[in-house]
Amino acid sequence: METRGHHISQRFDAELEDVRNRVLAMGGMVEQQISQAITALAEGDTKLADTVIENDIQVNRAEVAIDEECTHIIARRQPAASDLRLMIAVIKTITDLERIGDQAERIARMGLRLAEKERPKNQYGEIRHIGELVAKMVHDALDAFARMDAEAAVEVARQDLKIDQEYDGVMRQALTFMMEDPRAITRMLDVMWTARAIERIGDHAKNICEYIIYLVKGKDVRHTGIEKMETEVKR
Amino acid sequence: MSSNSGLTHGVNLDALDRKQDVMNINDETICLETKSLKLFYGDKQALQDISISLPEKRVSAFIGPSGCGKSTLLRCFNRMNDLVDNCRIEGEITLDGGNIYDKNIDVANLRRRVGMVFQKPNPFPKSIYENVAYGLRLQGVKNRRLIDEQVEKSLHGAALWDEVKDRLHDSALGLSGGQQQRLVIARAIAIEPEVLLLDEPASALDPISTLKIEELIHELKDNYTIVIVTHNMQQAARVSDYTAFMYMGELIEFGDTDTIFTNPGKKQTEDYITGRYG
Repeated sequence: METRGHHISQRFDAELEDVRNRVLAMGGMVEQQISQAITALAEGDTKLADTVIENDIQVNRAEVAIDEECTHIIARRQPAASDLRLMIAVIKTITDLERIGDQAERIARMGLRLAEKERPKNQYGEIRHIGELVAKMVHDALDAFARMDAEAAVEVARQDLKIDQEYDGVMRQALTFMMEDPRAITRMLDVMWTARAIERIGDHAKNICEYIIYLVKGKDVRHTGIEKMETEVKR
Repeated sequence: MSSNSGLTHGVNLDALDRKQDVMNINDETICLETKSLKLFYGDKQALQDISISLPEKRVSAFIGPSGCGKSTLLRCFNRMNDLVDNCRIEGEITLDGGNIYDKNIDVANLRRRVGMVFQKPNPFPKSIYENVAYGLRLQGVKNRRLIDEQVEKSLHGAALWDEVKDRLHDSALGLSGGQQQRLVIARAIAIEPEVLLLDEPASALDPISTLKIEELIHELKDNYTIVIVTHNMQQAARVSDYTAFMYMGELIEFGDTDTIFTNPGKKQTEDYITGRYG
């Protein structure tokens, strides 16, 4: 991480610091939403699932508030260079965080439906596993954001490949179950939707990693692939 | 539009593509160039080994803190520094490839080719018409019709004609600050220079007049190479194609304005344009 000097305007420094902190707080909120949604589904805890669904409003509110703060800073300070990139990266990051929140809410709703149905012997171990992977990915992405660490961001983005593989595995397994026992189809469809939501969270976390690279290196690496990300970061 | 494939459901997808007209100094024709330029005021060195190439028919902005040498550098381009005692120059400055410090150079002719506008509008205490006609008369132009035409053309060029066409023979001192500055620009372009040097042209003006000057700069660059010194970084970002950042007599970074203001290469540039301590 590069050392940054302070602005001559201390208020400007304070405003940027505040935005950064709010993004991390929103990220923490989203991380909790993911892990609680997965737990609620795996354990059939409908009360916890309800809490997750209710709390999504808080995530949405955070997005609106941070957006507004960024708009004010752009209007009043006309940030340039790394300050400008921070604003752009934050505005984009919180959009992805909000969508991660939506996916967590979706998982919680699937949890409510699955709680009414027969529970498998493994207690949705495969969902729990891929859920933990994706929760770690979101955590590591936010960590890279906090430290403005582009190299770490590439490593986190790489985790998305693993999640995609796991997702394919869950889908294949679900298909097999459905073929073996058509009575399981409705339940397995819910499992598939859940896996899909988790996989989408991984994509959003990868997007956040791309914004971090933009923020730190000034290079737009969206839609370019992991190798390109790597070369830009090393440059 | 380049191909039919760009059109889907009546929407021109090519229009959504990234703008490809990113400025690249290597594609430009160079108008003004300095090579290892050093400038001394007595014992004090004000410019340290500056090599810069300014492209033709583009706006180049010099930014940097007070005393960094940006106005000094600007004044080298039409040898205004000759008027300063004890001022000594080493290195080379070329305009269209010709050394402007060559012995054979006629300085008056150089200043005709390289016009200059200063921070404070300095109209002559004459009529609006005579201010613009002044340079032509100095060159010995006597044909009344020719002068009339050139005055109108220059005032149009400086976006002032509509405001003054009914009072061309009133005193120029009755104009507002913003109008006076545009009049001075009209005076400068009346003799059809190649280069316009603008030293803080809008810093004494209100925001609306400032925007008019900026709009004018944008129009003028079709015909002139423009070099502007400004303290207002947003102004540099708005009007220029290329930006040079100077610090303590050195050229720290020169590049296309988009890059300088979103992703500068040097930490010193970054610190300056984001308003940080070094």
